[in-house]
Amino acid sequence: MSTRLTTHPILGTYEKGPKVNFTYDGKPMTGYEGEPIAMALKAAGVMVHRYTSKKHSPRGIFCAIGRCTDCVMIVDGQPNVRTCMTPLKAGMTVQTQYGVSAEPFPELEEKA
Amino acid sequence: MKRVDLIVIGAGPAGLSAAIEASSRGLSTVVFDENARPGGQLFKQIHKFFGSKEHKAKIRGFRIGQTLLDEAGKAGVDVVLNATVMGIYMEKEVVVKIGEAIEHIKADAIIVATGASENMVTFKGWTLPGVIGAGAAQTMMNLHGVKPGNRILMLGTGNVGLVVSFQLLQAGCEVVALADAAPFIGGYGVHASKVARTGVPFYLSHTIVEAEGDDHVTGVTIAEVDSHFNFIPGTEKHFDVDTICVAVGLSPMSQLLKMAGCKMEDNPKRGGQVPIIDEHGATSVPGIFAAGDVAGIEEASSAMIEGRQAGLYAAQYLGYAEEDEFSKGEDELDAALSGLRQGMFAPGNKGKRIEKTDEGIPISQSLLHHGFVADDEIERFPGVTHRPGVHPVIECTQNIPCNPCQDACPKKCIAVGEKITTLPHINEDNPCVNCGMCVASCPGQAIFLIDEDCGDGTAEITLPYEFLPVPEKGSVGKALSRKGEPVCDATVVNLRTAKTFDQTVLLTMKVPKAYAMTARFFKAE
Amino acid sequence: MSENKQPLTDLCDRCADIGPFVPAPDDDMIVCRCEEVTKGEIRKAVHAGLWTIAEIRRYLRCGMGLCQGQTCSKLVKGIVARELGVSPALLEPATSRAPMRPTEMQIIATESEVNF
Repeated sequence: MSTRLTTHPILGTYEKGPKVNFTYDGKPMTGYEGEPIAMALKAAGVMVHRYTSKKHSPRGIFCAIGRCTDCVMIVDGQPNVRTCMTPLKAGMTVQTQYGVSAEPFPELEEKA
Repeated sequence: MKRVDLIVIGAGPAGLSAAIEASSRGLSTVVFDENARPGGQLFKQIHKFFGSKEHKAKIRGFRIGQTLLDEAGKAGVDVVLNATVMGIYMEKEVVVKIGEAIEHIKADAIIVATGASENMVTFKGWTLPGVIGAGAAQTMMNLHGVKPGNRILMLGTGNVGLVVSFQLLQAGCEVVALADAAPFIGGYGVHASKVARTGVPFYLSHTIVEAEGDDHVTGVTIAEVDSHFNFIPGTEKHFDVDTICVAVGLSPMSQLLKMAGCKMEDNPKRGGQVPIIDEHGATSVPGIFAAGDVAGIEEASSAMIEGRQAGLYAAQYLGYAEEDEFSKGEDELDAALSGLRQGMFAPGNKGKRIEKTDEGIPISQSLLHHGFVADDEIERFPGVTHRPGVHPVIECTQNIPCNPCQDACPKKCIAVGEKITTLPHINEDNPCVNCGMCVASCPGQAIFLIDEDCGDGTAEITLPYEFLPVPEKGSVGKALSRKGEPVCDATVVNLRTAKTFDQTVLLTMKVPKAYAMTARFFKAE
Repeated sequence: MSENKQPLTDLCDRCADIGPFVPAPDDDMIVCRCEEVTKGEIRKAVHAGLWTIAEIRRYLRCGMGLCQGQTCSKLVKGIVARELGVSPALLEPATSRAPMRPTEMQIIATESEVNF
């Protein structure tokens, strides 16, 4: 599981917003307001952001700068939101994206 | 529709520099950037830059970024963030998405400084979560303080692969290996050496067979490739990793220029599709300029100069620059840029294998293949000399455009000379006062202060140390060789920090004197 | 590949012989991550007569997904060039069109009221 860095030999400490709560697939989580949603998920050890439409294969953070769109998820009901670019806000609902839906593919239901 | 004199697209090193130059000459300028923060990739660069004083050498990338932002503020540059340019149309009309709406704006000149995007390679499992671009790793750890992974394999030994590997180590990640399909290391040898001496192995002529894992990476297999890049059976090596980092080059993001009708070419030396530009950065469309990586992949230092040039030429194009003032600026910028474009890694030498330095010294083969200079090769370089007492040992063995060591030494003990790419050499007559400025100022971390014989059978080695935790004075550990192998016991006898060292700790370790010329890193026990 | 194959220099010469499609072990490798197009599909398309990037895109949709070819365009070009036996530099890249980034129609239809 990945962890947050508290100190860094060159950068010292990181400036973060206030701690906020959000949900990931219904589970309560915390992150820092204003950081990309993807960072809060990464810090919590979440690797899979979505399953693809055709082959139902898992995807996660790939470019982290809004280019590749692999990290898209359903945020507050809206699909295809680039989580690496979208700032985290208190109370957000973040869901794994299956194709473009929040409904798990039948063969993945157990995992979900 | 709003009108301005100049639109700059991209607020990275090139775009900001262009806007500062143009704004300070009186052009009404607006900069659009699709990101939430300006500075492009500069704020992810935590290493000290190469170059000379005029190129902001030995200053860390993110500090250069802050300086640029301050300058832009002073010059009154209007930077609009979260503003995605969607297209450039007839008569220099730019359509930009700002927030949830579309804005149209017209200018008399446009500077495109959109930078580059990362190249990728395919291998079995490359779509698995846990396979990330090197830029993604930098974003996570250097901007957001999140570790990209715990155990990481790096694919690619260009400067990005080398620099990011070191940054991963600084963030406390374990880098299990660097692999590259090419037969020799692509980036600066000094960048490779600072990774190698911590004990990370390099696998050249190797690439990834498979990223393993069910729904995220749990391991990786690499194997050797022949000269046609086909796997050689039986050479597979497996590593348990949770992350695979890919750093296989950059491509110019030149789509906007193509859309604007600029003549393009596919130029492998510039990294792919680039606009055809003259020495002013002017494209085939009058009034549209290109600067930075979008016009050919180089470094941030050259992007900043190219940006200034484009800003200056745009000002001249619109009649804002007086002739004599313009020529002066032009000459200065040309000189600064040609300074950076020298040496064995110059754009013109891309892909070329260079066997000898400008001085005629054979390049270390161990450096090219394993990432470190072998013990029997190091003595042939001019920075490596011996004398009683403390003295600098400069393990700088390739002609790269960099000379802060020369300026750092208050006693003029170190010289590079007029030509910035010359290997540094030692002025034997000048004393060394053990101030440590050279050690801290070397962007390649290639300078050590060594007292080869303290008189009691020991030697003292002062080295740059940029990791946490910093070992305490008196702590005992192992001295590692250039290859990163433990060679002897070592004790930390001194630690120096200073504002001018900029976060680089100068760690002095005591070792048996037989290891004075082989021990190059300290590992606590 | 046929015996007396001439090197292909003119991409307009659609009569040139590029040999038959030969299956390869990595044909199931995903190349376009967004539209999930495989290397085999791209190679087969070349042998079906689609020699330009524009044609391949329209036929297979590779590079037409969310990221708009940001990741795969160079990879696709390499595969097509290799199949044709030409340098990738000879292939014209896909047409650049607005919007350069995925943008919702709703936003495209909204003209800004305020000047930034």
